[in-house]
Amino acid sequence: MGTTFIFTVITLSVLGLLLAVVLFLVAKKFNVEEDPLIDVVEATMPGANCGGCGFAGCRAFAEACVKSRSLDGKFCPVGGNAVMQKVAAAMGVQAEEKAPMVAVVRCNGTCQNRVRVNEYDGSVSCRIISSLYAGDTGCRFGCLGGGDCERACPFGAIKVNPETLIPEVDEEKCTACGACVRACPKGVIELRNKGPKNRRVYVSCMSQDKGAVARKACSAACIGCRKCEKVCPFGAITVENNLAYIDFNKCKLCRKCVAECPTGAIHAVNFPPKPAAAPAEEPKTDKQ
Amino acid sequence: MRRTFSMGGVHPHDCKISADSAIETFPLPQRMYISMSQHLGAPAKPLVQKGDKVRTGQLIGASAGFISANIHSSVSGTVAAVEPYTDLAGNPVMHVIIDVEGDEWEESIDRTPDIVRDITLSPAEIIKRIADCGVVGLGGASFPTHVKLSPPPGKKAEFLIINGAECEPYLTSDYRLMIEHAEEVLLGARIMMKALGVVEGYIGIEDNKPEAIKKMRELTASSYPEIKVVSLRKKYPQGGEKQLIDAVTGRRVPSMGLPIDAGVVVQNVGTSFAVYEAVQKNKPLFEGVMTVTGECLDSQHNFLLRVGTPFEKILEAVGGVPQKTAKIISGGPMMGKAVANLSAASVKSTSSLLLLTEKQTKRMEESECIRCGKCVQACPMGLEPYLLNKLARAGRMEDLEHNKVYDCIECGCCMFTCPAYIPLLDYIRTAKADVMRIMRSRPKK
Repeated sequence: MGTTFIFTVITLSVLGLLLAVVLFLVAKKFNVEEDPLIDVVEATMPGANCGGCGFAGCRAFAEACVKSRSLDGKFCPVGGNAVMQKVAAAMGVQAEEKAPMVAVVRCNGTCQNRVRVNEYDGSVSCRIISSLYAGDTGCRFGCLGGGDCERACPFGAIKVNPETLIPEVDEEKCTACGACVRACPKGVIELRNKGPKNRRVYVSCMSQDKGAVARKACSAACIGCRKCEKVCPFGAITVENNLAYIDFNKCKLCRKCVAECPTGAIHAVNFPPKPAAAPAEEPKTDKQ
Repeated sequence: MRRTFSMGGVHPHDCKISADSAIETFPLPQRMYISMSQHLGAPAKPLVQKGDKVRTGQLIGASAGFISANIHSSVSGTVAAVEPYTDLAGNPVMHVIIDVEGDEWEESIDRTPDIVRDITLSPAEIIKRIADCGVVGLGGASFPTHVKLSPPPGKKAEFLIINGAECEPYLTSDYRLMIEHAEEVLLGARIMMKALGVVEGYIGIEDNKPEAIKKMRELTASSYPEIKVVSLRKKYPQGGEKQLIDAVTGRRVPSMGLPIDAGVVVQNVGTSFAVYEAVQKNKPLFEGVMTVTGECLDSQHNFLLRVGTPFEKILEAVGGVPQKTAKIISGGPMMGKAVANLSAASVKSTSSLLLLTEKQTKRMEESECIRCGKCVQACPMGLEPYLLNKLARAGRMEDLEHNKVYDCIECGCCMFTCPAYIPLLDYIRTAKADVMRIMRSRPKK
């Protein structure tokens, strides 16, 4: 009994020692030299692994930064400028400042504005709907309401409103990683400048149909009338294919276009409400 | 032993309630909407302008590429517009819109009812005539027939198979053609065999159509000995090219391959009839047989219908849409497409309008996969639909490719058989399109 016990302990100890030596040698032989800077940079990252930077995850981004020794064209939308400053400091380079962005849903085809012309009872996924047909409304450009963006968002920042069937973005949570932009088969979602005090002006429509057709399908559609293009003092608005687009780099938020738009397709968000004692002013749309 | 394909398949109720309705000629509507995209491949180029006078059978859309087809006017009258018009899926497609005036046919078309039996044209002339007349495959995919009859160099067809399976429930247009125009169908087959240079032909018919089999057997025995009639055990999707080839000849089309890789060319009964009319009567493809059916309709119909007739006119003619209708489908219930826009018009390959009730179309609530393996048993291509569905939902494109999602023929057997009501095909079809796009975008070796 005693000998068996001692024998077992000795064999296992010797075996353990031998294997430890083997492991040590193998680890020496196949050692991968890695820049310790990668770990430092990775530690400064948010760790969301969302892929918003265009790399497979935070570590891949850190590797790419360290390998190229520069931050040109690399930006972590989740961490924003604060994180990029830290990354730049760790690497000893300069980070370029970028204006923060936010996802914007460019469709206001709510159940009220856009009449349903048929009933869809298949699988609820925008990708599937758009591969099958034009959608359950008269507009084939707008939001399908299937919620692919909601499922794609790693931050829970975009949710389809069950009443309007249009997704809404939570500005606090949105990191502008672009996952929803890639998920949307209709290209309705765009990343736009967050703007000073989160104030933004944008065209909330994607319809390239001619005015009458677009208007018939949706009461909040851009009809391509070019009134906004004419009124804009900064040349920020272009109308192409019956659809207006506001260049957020040129827009100075004067909101002349908002008052001019006959269908209310241009939205101005986060502006303080105008005092009621200004009846000369046109009423403006102030919704998200 | 009756033959059928070896792998998978399901047995939906065949519901051929319109089988005994003889083909009726549908009256001409006032306005025709002729799509320029009635075939696989590049849309045809419109040749007419607003205000032009056209005659029945006149070329109005020219083939625009190797895989494309000519389009002919199905009526005589004045062109009202050449503009995008909404198709059945709600997307705008270029259409020639014609206001109908009388019915004046091109003089080159032989309108006599006599059957022309002598095939005088040479193989090259036959293929040219088929291309000129805009004949496309009427089995569903609308692949231009002249392309199918010109095998790529180095490949040789050994057999021609005429597809008379009509495995989709409800559809009876091919059946009526085989009963009423049996000899023309066989002549069409003989013409295509001449064009291909093959001496052996088959016509595969499912055994739920005994009259068609009997009629074809009588005719082939007396005057068409080169064509053999094969009676097939009823099973869906027998009418799929690869399944039909397996059922009739026992050959297998390789993965990613075409029927010609197995030495076979498959053509539908309707196509065969259209080929006969094009080659022997010089009549372009501008009309075809269409089934209008459904339990909720009072009467069942098989119409000889001109291309471009709006669906709403067809439904008006059968007494309007009954109250009980929940879904209108163009094509069969298994692979057809729901019509999202009733003002859309019929195209060359529109084989049916099917009116289904709420009870028949209701999608049951999806539940978890119970790993019963029914979908694997049912898949006629030997795929694993449950796995493809999971991979598709997770967006794993490489794994989808390894599991041969591109072999899916979108027959819907998996979804039909699933006891958990999982919409397998919805996800697989979208994933297949994505994987095919990725594969095509790769540089060629």
